[in-house]
Amino acid sequence: MKKVKWIVGALVWTLLAAGPMAAAGTLDEVRAKGVVVVGVNPGVAGFSMPDEKGVWKGLDVDTAKAVAAAVLGDANKVKYVALTAVQRLPALQSKEVDVLCRNTTITLTRETVNGLNFVHPNYYDGQGFLIHKKMGVKNAKQLRGATVCTLPGTTTEMNAADYFRKNGMPWKPVVIESNAELNKAFFAGRCDALTSDASQLAAVRSVAPNPDDYILLPEIISKEPLAPVVRHGDDQWYDIVNWVVMALIEAEELGITSKNVDEMLKSTDPQIQRFLGVTPGLGKALGLDEKWAFNIVKQVGNYGEVFDRNVGPKTPLKLERGLNDLWTRGGLMYSFPFR
Amino acid sequence: MKQAVPAGELKPPVTHIGIIGWTKTNLFDGVFNSILTLVTLFFLWKVVPPLFRWAFLDSAWHTTGQACREAAGACWSIISINYRFILFGFYPYEEQWRPLLAMLILFGLLFYSRNREHWKKSLAYAWIIGLFTMGLLMTGGILGLPPVESTQWGGLPLTLLLAVFGLTAAYPLGVMLALGRRSRMTGVKVLCVLYIELIRGVPLISLLFMSSIIFPLFLPEGVTFNKILRAQVAIILFTAAYIAEVIRGGLQGMARGQYEAAESMGLNYYQTMRLVILPQALKIVIPPTVSILISAFKDTSLVVIIALFDLLKTTQSVLSNPEWMGFSREAYVFVAILYFLGCFSMSNYSRRLEKELSKGD
Repeated sequence: MKKVKWIVGALVWTLLAAGPMAAAGTLDEVRAKGVVVVGVNPGVAGFSMPDEKGVWKGLDVDTAKAVAAAVLGDANKVKYVALTAVQRLPALQSKEVDVLCRNTTITLTRETVNGLNFVHPNYYDGQGFLIHKKMGVKNAKQLRGATVCTLPGTTTEMNAADYFRKNGMPWKPVVIESNAELNKAFFAGRCDALTSDASQLAAVRSVAPNPDDYILLPEIISKEPLAPVVRHGDDQWYDIVNWVVMALIEAEELGITSKNVDEMLKSTDPQIQRFLGVTPGLGKALGLDEKWAFNIVKQVGNYGEVFDRNVGPKTPLKLERGLNDLWTRGGLMYSFPFR
Repeated sequence: MKQAVPAGELKPPVTHIGIIGWTKTNLFDGVFNSILTLVTLFFLWKVVPPLFRWAFLDSAWHTTGQACREAAGACWSIISINYRFILFGFYPYEEQWRPLLAMLILFGLLFYSRNREHWKKSLAYAWIIGLFTMGLLMTGGILGLPPVESTQWGGLPLTLLLAVFGLTAAYPLGVMLALGRRSRMTGVKVLCVLYIELIRGVPLISLLFMSSIIFPLFLPEGVTFNKILRAQVAIILFTAAYIAEVIRGGLQGMARGQYEAAESMGLNYYQTMRLVILPQALKIVIPPTVSILISAFKDTSLVVIIALFDLLKTTQSVLSNPEWMGFSREAYVFVAILYFLGCFSMSNYSRRLEKELSKGD
C-alpha cells in the first residue's frame, strides 16, 4: 500500500512541477522554437487558403506572417495549423498554437468565459444579403416573405432570424448543409436571397455564371469584427500581437509601403523615425528588435497592401475597403499612437 | 457425272453462333428479356452520349478557371492545375518527389506481396526496410534531404499512411481482443468485452474529436502530441474493435472437435490457437474482414473534421478557392476514382486469397 501511495505522490508532484516549468512566456517559447505556430482556417477564400503549390495565402495568413516578421525577423517562419471552427479555441487553450488568426469574431463570452484575449481587429465583416437582380429589390426591408438560403447552426442563421423577427417580416429559411450546395441552390433560383458574411457573399458572387445578375444589398445586419486571438495571462505576447496589427495600419497611415520602406529610413519625420526604429525605443518596450516594424512592412507590407493583395478590387473577391478603410477616409482602421 | 462433294464439317446455322447467336441467347431470349434489352439500350442511348460529350468533347483540360466557366463540358483543369496540391497537400513543392517515391515503394511492396509464394522471411525484411525508407523519405533531415514536419504531410500519402498503418496495427490487436473475449480468465474477458462494446458504441467521429480536442486539454501545458498520430491511434482503436467481433465469429464457427483434437494432441493454449484454430478461423472470416478493411479505408476520410488534409480535404480546399468554386463534380469524380481503385483492388485480392486458401477443401 505504501508503495502505491509513493508512486501516486510522485506522479502528482511531477505533474504539478511540470506546470510552472512550462509556463515560460510565449515570446521566449516562440524564440526557442524559432517559429510561430498559428492556427488558421482550412479554407476561406481571401483570408486563409492554400494555393495550388500548397502555400498559404490570405489576409489572416499575412497577419500571421507579420507576427513572425516582428518577432523572429523572418515572415516565413510560421507553422500553420489548420483548425475547424470547433477546434480553434481548445487548440489555443491547450497551447497547441501560439496565436489564432482564423477569422474569429470578437464576442464578450469568448473573451471572458473562454479565457481569450482578442487584439485589434484585422477585418471588419458583417452579415449581408445577396439577391437576384431581377427581383427588383433595393434594400433588405423589401425582403418580406422571401426564401433565404443559409447554412444550419451558424450565427448567420440566428442573425437572419433575429433580423426578420425584429422587422416583423415573414421569411422562409432554406437550410443547406454545405457551402457548395448552398451556392448552387441559390444560383438555380431555389431561394430569393443568400445570407452570409459580406466577404463570403462577394466570393460567391464572383463565381456566379453571370456575376452582374446578382447584387449585394446595402444592409449589414450583424457586426463581425474579426481579430487574432491569444490566451489570457500572457500580457507581453498580447501586446506584441496587438501592436503588430496596429503597425500594419500605422504603416498605411504614414504612407510607408513595402516598396518605399528603405527610403523611408532616411525620412526626417520623427513619427516615421520612431516607427521604423531609426529612433530606438519602441522595439525595446515590446521586448523585440528595434527593426520589428521595418521587418513587417518590408516583408509583408502595410494594411492597404495586404488588403488589396488578398481581398481587394483586383482579386476575385473584389471587396471595397468600406469599414476596413483608414479612419481618415471614413473607415474604422485606426491605429493608436506609436510613441 | 456428279462428283461427290466431300462432306466437310457442317457449320451450325448462322443464327446460333457468332454475334447473332450471342445476342439471341443473351439479349433477346424471350419477350420479357427483349423488352428489358430495348429499355436498357434506350437509357444508355439517352445517358452515354451526353455524358461522353460532357466528359470529353466539350471539356476543358488545362485552362484557367475563367476559361472553364465558358466551356460547356467538364472542367478537368481543376485537376490538371491543382493535382499536385490534391495529391500531396502542403508538402513543399520542390520536395514532392519524395512522397511520390515513398508511395511507389509502398505500391511495389504491396504488389509483390500479392503472391503468397513470396511470403517468406525475406519479404518481412523487405517490408521493414521499405517502411523505414518511406519514413526517411517523408521526414528527411539526413542525407541532404531537407526535413519536412509531419504537419505538412497531406493528400494521398496521408490517406495511405492512415489506412495502411491503421489496418496493419488494428488486425493483430483485433485478433488479441477476440481471443481475450473468449478467454476463461474473467478479468481479461471483462476488459476485452468492455473495450469492444465501448468503442463500438460510439461513432468514429466522436473518437476523432476526443483524441484531437479533448485529449490535449488533459495533458500538462506545453505537451502536445502530433495531430496525425492522435488521429491514427483513434482509427486503430476503432477498427480493432470491429475486427475483433468479426474474428470472434470465426472462432465460434470452429467445431468443438477441433479444440478437443488439439488438446488430445497435448498442445497448450498458444499452440492450439497458433497451429489449429486461428489458421482455420481467420480463413472463414476473410470476406467480412475485408469488408471491414474497406470501410476503414474509406473512414480515414473522416479526419476531414479535425482538419487533417487528407485526400478528400485537399480536394475540398481547392474547391473553396474562388477560381475553382463550383467544379465539385469533376473534383469528386477524380477522388472517387482514386478511392475506387483502392477499395476494388482490396476486394479483388480478397476473392483471390479466398480461392487460393480453399483449394485444399
